[in-house]
Amino acid sequence: MTLYDQLPALVIAVLLFTAPITYMMRLHGFPWAVATLSVVTAFIISCSLAATVFNGETIIYEMGGWSAPYGIALHIDALSALMAMLITGASSAALIFGARSLADEVGEETAPAFFSAWQLCTAGLVGMVITGDAFNIFVFMEISSLSTYVLVSAGPDRRALIATYRYIVMGTIGATFYLIGVGFLYMVTGTLNTADLAARVGATENIRLVLVAAGFISVGLAVKAAVFPMHQWMPRAYTYAPNAVTVFIAAASTKVALYVLIRVDYAIFQNSIANHDIQLTLFLVPLGVLALFAGSLLAIYEKNLKTLLAYSSVSQIGYIALGIAMTSVAGLTGAIVHMFNHGLIKGGMFMAVACLAIRYRSVNIANLAGAGRAMPWTMAAFVIGGLGLIGVPLTPGFISKWYLVLAALEKGGAGAFLIAIILVSSLLAVIYVWKVIEVAYFKAPRANAVPVTQEAPLSMLIPTWIVVLLGIWFSIDTRMPVGMASRAAEILLGVK
Amino acid sequence: MEILGLYNYVVFAVLLMVGLYCILARTNIVKSIIGLSIFQSAVFLLYISMDKVDGGTAPIIQPGAPADTIYANPLPQVLILTAIVVGISTTALALAVAVRIKEAYGTIEEDKIQEMDREL
Amino acid sequence: MTIVFSLFLLSMLVLVAVAVLRTDNLFTAVMLSGVFSLIMAANFFVLDAADVALTEAVIGAGISTVLFLGALALTSEQDRSPPVGSWVPLLTSSALGGVIIYAVMQAPRLGDPNAIVHMHVAPWYLEKTPELIDVPNVVTAVLASFRGYDTLGEVFVVFIACIGVMSLLGRVRPRRETISEETFSKQSRNLRHHLIPRVVGKMLIPFIVLFGLYVQFHGDFGPGGGFQAGALVAAGIILYALLEGDTRARQLVPEWFSSVLVALGAFTYASVGVACMVMGGRFLDYSVLDPHDAIHGQHLGILLVEAGVGMTVAGVMITIFHAFARRGIR
Repeated sequence: MTLYDQLPALVIAVLLFTAPITYMMRLHGFPWAVATLSVVTAFIISCSLAATVFNGETIIYEMGGWSAPYGIALHIDALSALMAMLITGASSAALIFGARSLADEVGEETAPAFFSAWQLCTAGLVGMVITGDAFNIFVFMEISSLSTYVLVSAGPDRRALIATYRYIVMGTIGATFYLIGVGFLYMVTGTLNTADLAARVGATENIRLVLVAAGFISVGLAVKAAVFPMHQWMPRAYTYAPNAVTVFIAAASTKVALYVLIRVDYAIFQNSIANHDIQLTLFLVPLGVLALFAGSLLAIYEKNLKTLLAYSSVSQIGYIALGIAMTSVAGLTGAIVHMFNHGLIKGGMFMAVACLAIRYRSVNIANLAGAGRAMPWTMAAFVIGGLGLIGVPLTPGFISKWYLVLAALEKGGAGAFLIAIILVSSLLAVIYVWKVIEVAYFKAPRANAVPVTQEAPLSMLIPTWIVVLLGIWFSIDTRMPVGMASRAAEILLGVK
Repeated sequence: MEILGLYNYVVFAVLLMVGLYCILARTNIVKSIIGLSIFQSAVFLLYISMDKVDGGTAPIIQPGAPADTIYANPLPQVLILTAIVVGISTTALALAVAVRIKEAYGTIEEDKIQEMDREL
Repeated sequence: MTIVFSLFLLSMLVLVAVAVLRTDNLFTAVMLSGVFSLIMAANFFVLDAADVALTEAVIGAGISTVLFLGALALTSEQDRSPPVGSWVPLLTSSALGGVIIYAVMQAPRLGDPNAIVHMHVAPWYLEKTPELIDVPNVVTAVLASFRGYDTLGEVFVVFIACIGVMSLLGRVRPRRETISEETFSKQSRNLRHHLIPRVVGKMLIPFIVLFGLYVQFHGDFGPGGGFQAGALVAAGIILYALLEGDTRARQLVPEWFSSVLVALGAFTYASVGVACMVMGGRFLDYSVLDPHDAIHGQHLGILLVEAGVGMTVAGVMITIFHAFARRGIR
């Protein structure tokens, strides 16, 4: 067994092996260093895995040497590798970026615990995307959820605590629903491996159990993915978490729940339940449309910049839900590309917000008047991100919307309606992005406001711009994200 | 007799209802956490009810046992061992958060906390 | 006879759950939830799940109740919820229950040997375990070896719970004035002036710890394993802390020791996996640990990972209990 063959297991093993070490480090700065090192290593490994599966191959790695379905097998294809790169990339970027802002917000005493939790969060999310066993998804879902609760609760404001509590309650209900669904599926097939489930679910006569299982799994994952109206936990959790934590979780965690939904739905249910594509459409399209509007409208009225961006995420997740619901190659490609692109856009925007916060000591929009002049580079990064949310060409958001429109065109009449909705929601995005731009560039700072003269520290500004430029690059040279996404869509839909 | 065979699952459904109602309808945080714990325990009943085989015994293969002994299904038990531990971890975290909330807000009634936050 | 007994237990479960819902005093609710877990454990035993019954009894009825009581001591004992105004919770819960009952009508009846669940993976485990792993307790074999990756994840879930509680309720801030050790001991709550619990409790503690160790090492041959063992040993130490006070318990098992246990256990499990990779096998493939005898390698691997699990669970439960107990001392 060469090192190359062991890579699928290594990407998790590196993170899990070093997490207890981080916890035991008491010296200043060491926890951050060990965590960053292991997460960057995991990122390099996931890029290598992505290179292997780029051409449509699937890697199967049997844990413990036992073949599936008797043991747990890792199952890595284009979609998994893309998600793994997104997760580890977002984690590394947020860690490197956040060295300064985390030192500010997280105390010296809780640093070992905090960074250990960060590593485990990354491990949990990556574990969810590379495994091929339905119960294993649950275990790693809980690893990532519990560590996210720990990360969010480290926020300095006391409202972080109540936000964490509500997140715990909703997250646990979602995970338990998923578990119930898997239980019903196990009851009718006797196996837990996703590929095996897909083969056996069609053969059962207890169709009610399968239907209800599909319902529970979808609702449970929708809660985790913050699909409207189960998004209640998200805005406050994003707002009151430490700023670097928000960068990480906004880019990665809800996308992983959507990934599991796509996986379970397309792999297991599509070929077994008759008319499942219609059921999926009926379930996701109304929720997606509502998310688009509700998210944008709520964002327009928000006074806190982080909460505004969180509601904007709710509406962007609506786009992804619409793409999933369209069950066509173009639709799925659009959804998957948007998962990746939105990670880049929102990651960059939250980084810009953290830069603003470190100088202005506030994320209230009214207090950021004049930021355009005082911190021009930071605001420019924010504006580019905002253009991405609207979907202007040359920004990442444009590519995803393009594919969604293509998919809608294939659907004829109903498609025209969807295109109209996409356009209207883009206009709504203009409103809330303009709101921030107006205050930053066109309002003078208040007389008694804290004077800000410096740009953000370079250690924070450079990663922000790297992420923004990566976004622009991937929207010009779309081979990697779109290539992997369409390969993934083809695999999922069984088209080859 | 048919309903008796399914009684386990009906109890599972009822416990799930009671747990969910306790979480949603009560504003006291610790009470909601107790409800969360009952909610999670109900799922254990679902899985373990699946593992029983008529005339079976616990899946421990004694060295001298006759070859045709019937054993219960080991897989749901493994899954639930994991789920129990996950449940207690969630409960412990939730309780720690509740204690911190009490220290920060002075109360653990959600409606009062919402009022205090709104005044900000 | 068993049918009557199990019907009785199941109905008691529902009654206790409703009682928990309806009571206003949180102390009563916590005690009732302990009773709930115990009845659930009895139920598992009737359903032939011995390992799970042991785990639920120790963790659900034991540790969980203690944690709730610790939290109650730091918050309040009354549930002052206003009477429920909106019908949304009732509607949601009933819809949930209705959907499940609708689905479950088609489920195979309890104990049906021809149910699909028993057809596929389960018979393979029962058949192949003596041949491939040679461990009598099939549940341990599946948990530690066949599905060892899940259990690795689970150990880390417990690890995160410890990290989380420590980061939330962490180290006690150093006090301005130094309090004498005596005043500190007086303030920490204990049962030292109650004679009967002290005497009986102290007699029981060594047996509890011994039983925990027995369950740890005997987990291959009978119900047991790392989780139950760790929780039992922790329960023994927690009983000591409840009787003698937190300070003396921390002299018995120092802080640094339980922290090291926590990290060491998780680290051991991950290391076994990495060691398997180094020796040429897949991650967590214990057969390569002994190049000459695959079954012996499996035994070695299972022993090590179960030890890791036991260490982490014991350390975590003790650490979490101390975190709650110490927070109350002003």
